[in-house]
Amino acid sequence: MKTRIAALLLGTALSFAAANTAFAQDKTIKIGALSDQSGLYADLGGPGSTLAAQMAVEDSGMVAKGWKIDIISGDHQNKPDIGVNVARQWFDVDKVDVIVDVPNSGVALAVSNLVKEKNGVFLDSGAGTSDLTNAQCTPNTIHWTYDTYTLAHGTGSALAKGGGDSWFFLTADYAFGAALERDTTSAVQAAGGKILGGVKHPLNTADFSSFLLQAQASKAKVIGLANAGGDTTNSIKQAAEFGIVSGGQKLAALLLFITDVHSLGLATAQGLSFTETFYWDANDQSRAFAKRFQERMKNKGMPTMVHAGVYSSLLHYFKALEALGGNPHDGAKIVAKMKELPTDDQLFGKGSIQPNGRKIHPAYLFEVKKPSESKMPWDYYKLVATIPTEEAFTPLDKSTCPLLKK
Amino acid sequence: MQALYAQLLVGLINGSFYALLSLGLAVIFGMLNIINFAHGALYMMGAFCAYFLLNIAGIGYWPALIVAPIVVGIFGMILERTMLKWLSGLDHLYGLLLTFGLALIIQGVFQNYFGSSGLPYAIPDELKGGMNLGFMFLPIYRGWVVIFSLIVCLLTWYLIERTRLGANLRAATENPTLVRAFGINVPRMITLTYGLGVGLAALAGVLSAPINQVRPLMGADLIIVVFAVVVIGGMGSIMGSIITGFALGVIEGLTKYFYPEASNTVVFVLMVLVLLVKPSGLTGRTT
Repeated sequence: MKTRIAALLLGTALSFAAANTAFAQDKTIKIGALSDQSGLYADLGGPGSTLAAQMAVEDSGMVAKGWKIDIISGDHQNKPDIGVNVARQWFDVDKVDVIVDVPNSGVALAVSNLVKEKNGVFLDSGAGTSDLTNAQCTPNTIHWTYDTYTLAHGTGSALAKGGGDSWFFLTADYAFGAALERDTTSAVQAAGGKILGGVKHPLNTADFSSFLLQAQASKAKVIGLANAGGDTTNSIKQAAEFGIVSGGQKLAALLLFITDVHSLGLATAQGLSFTETFYWDANDQSRAFAKRFQERMKNKGMPTMVHAGVYSSLLHYFKALEALGGNPHDGAKIVAKMKELPTDDQLFGKGSIQPNGRKIHPAYLFEVKKPSESKMPWDYYKLVATIPTEEAFTPLDKSTCPLLKK
Repeated sequence: MQALYAQLLVGLINGSFYALLSLGLAVIFGMLNIINFAHGALYMMGAFCAYFLLNIAGIGYWPALIVAPIVVGIFGMILERTMLKWLSGLDHLYGLLLTFGLALIIQGVFQNYFGSSGLPYAIPDELKGGMNLGFMFLPIYRGWVVIFSLIVCLLTWYLIERTRLGANLRAATENPTLVRAFGINVPRMITLTYGLGVGLAALAGVLSAPINQVRPLMGADLIIVVFAVVVIGGMGSIMGSIITGFALGVIEGLTKYFYPEASNTVVFVLMVLVLLVKPSGLTGRTT
């Protein structure tokens, strides 16, 4: 009897082991690049993010090591329901393992929940809301590039300490705008500033003059633009027209991408200060990456920090899969491995991933150059200050992520 | 109260774009019976045309105001001659689908080459700066837009409603065969009318280039609102679309002040109300 039980146990153990090796030998990966492919965020994410994912696959050398990797891309049109539907189909029908990019915080929060339900992996680069690694964190999501905390504590604190002690917000009326206004408010107040008011505008607004007039009438020293992409460029351009900056008020473009600066032109954008975590002209590695990227981009644009984030988050994902010896198709397990390994890549340098899913690295306070200071096309930024890693992201003891309360 | 004046004026500025665009749509619908969904794309082409003129040929804003509408208008006439012509006499739906498809193709091509964030176009030097009106700081350029578009709108109205050419045109819409019998080349007149409508859209595009970014989707964002304006004003009514354009700009401006969250939807709420009470629009004729 005893030998029989022992044999049975041994048999079960063996079959488990066999199952494990079967998993371990599975070397297929399917990547879904979900983004705004045609709207106001398409230049900062969109087709560039799909390209960044392709470059990550090529540069990782995974294919030469016997891996089979497919990339598909989808358009969420800045609508959470569409984004979730695409993602659901990707998991159920196309057997996607990992979703990357997803700008637009509203869509990202919805997709993050779905990815947890499907036990996939979500490497978010494009969305801003710090809720992704706070109240709404999941064991399947890693938020890579930046968040509203970074922007608030980079730009918000710097301006408040530099004399901009009264603020008025122009806020995009959805999850991202609300999170950015909330985080900036606390950063400004912590630096001794006060908030005089704000106005919420619908996402994707063409004319900001009404809102700008309200901001002008508030007499606030700083007008905080808690919006992104085309909304930000339109606000900045029209603020110049209404004489807001020449009237002595300062604009805080809380989230500004290199594609926005390019679109505005230096004549309009000069002097704006803002926070980013990646600039193409920072060092030799970033320049080499940017050059390769630009050559392959249809509109010959430079990579934004979102594109850089897609690239380096995928490289780290591949590293974790290699460490696991194969693709277990178990999102939580892969993400746990990713958190365990230190990150080191050419674009963001050395860093790590916190238990709440927040990838941390330094951030940079930049200022847009004057037209006379720009030496070549896309030479737009001047580094003002480096924000050390520990100040750039929510400190772990302040994070409200339920994963931390174990 | 001061703030309110400022919002009214800002609303009037936006209204002038609505008026110019809806006027073009009304002309095309009234004379050709085509619901021109490509109008937004043609408006965008006007802005891009101004951008190309400046950056490739070195031709500035003032000549662009004339050249861009002509270039885009010719493009429109080619569209009419090669495609839209074959749809005359068919249900409205065919024209709508064809022009909608054209709009998607045109926007897609521009987006492929220029991305979505747009290109800068500076305000011409003569119109830079602004004046303090006491209750607000009015950028001179915006003041120019209101006055110029009002003049263009009234001229177009005069051309169609009060001249012999306009009378021929209206007659040709009613009874093309009879008008032909008088020795008037009706197909050519139709083509030119489409060119005129398209030219108006391109003109609005040039006017808006210095205010908004020159973006491939600038028309797509606007066209739905403009259609609502046309529906409220009454399909095909020239004066109706001018007045409604300005009025809705003002109403939208006020909404941005009192309840900004609804500013994107207020036009459509009004459209629903008007359709419920007077389905042919405020000034429309029931046919």
